[in-house]
Amino acid sequence: MSRFKVSLHIVPRRGLLDPQGKAVADALHTLGFKSVGDVHVGRHLILDVDARTAGDAEKDVRAMCQRLLANPVTEDFEIAGVTAA
Amino acid sequence: MKFGIVVFPGSNCDHDTYRAVVDVLGEKAVYLWHKDHDLADSDVIILPGGFSYGDYLRAGAIARFSPIMTEVIAHARRGGPVLGICNGFQIACEAGLLPGALLRNASLQFVSAPVRLRVVNASTLFTSAFEAGQELVMPVAHGDGRYTADAATLDELEDRGQVVLTYVGSAPNGAMRDIAGIINEGGNVMGLMPHPERAIDTALGSTDGLGIFESMLARVGA
Repeated sequence: MSRFKVSLHIVPRRGLLDPQGKAVADALHTLGFKSVGDVHVGRHLILDVDARTAGDAEKDVRAMCQRLLANPVTEDFEIAGVTAA
Repeated sequence: MKFGIVVFPGSNCDHDTYRAVVDVLGEKAVYLWHKDHDLADSDVIILPGGFSYGDYLRAGAIARFSPIMTEVIAHARRGGPVLGICNGFQIACEAGLLPGALLRNASLQFVSAPVRLRVVNASTLFTSAFEAGQELVMPVAHGDGRYTADAATLDELEDRGQVVLTYVGSAPNGAMRDIAGIINEGGNVMGLMPHPERAIDTALGSTDGLGIFESMLARVGA
């Protein structure tokens, strides 16, 4: 068993109204950052997970996303990285 | 008739709901602690408003896995009545008892105000005291009340009469199809963002919420 650090992003599903992202985009435009198009605000999670391999750790975290961490109706998730902790 | 009111850490409308049931409706109510596994022979379960678990992760996401929810879900699967008010609606959606989800208000502002509602379906367990098309006034108080589901689910809800309450005028939270309250396909689980338990006394500006409790009493208590 080893310990892995698994990081993941949870983002609002594309196409759904994301008022937080829109507010941030508007603020950036006000500050003069004209290059910014759409902004989406989500969550970044970092989990310490005990597993045999990095692949097992990722599999465990995917199961956690499906049960609790992401809402299957409105959010998508992606594993950003798995490293030895 | 006995109402079981679930108390999660962060529930803050549990006492208002108790008062509506006991003092105004004249029925029995018990508090059900979230860590217990016993519904105390309650006929109706109410998931009250509040900010269970501080709305951490997503509103209702953590409360949904409280020990008591195993029994609440089993009660609902047996056809037992469950009413989710505000945070209780969010919890019921997270638990899969109702379709869809409640997202951050489109305005990003917390809305606390009386709102006008239309009774779309007056033949449910929770709305039979009203007339179809009747307008009601009840307060809302939430930051995450934008009802959201995919288009197919919304069409199904409308076609099957599962949209029970809609906002009159513009929805205070940007809810899809102006949805304020829905019921499950079995007709025994309802969720709504407005607070019927805060509209039970003329001193509070409205008594329209009482009809929700009277409907349950007429159908379940009979």
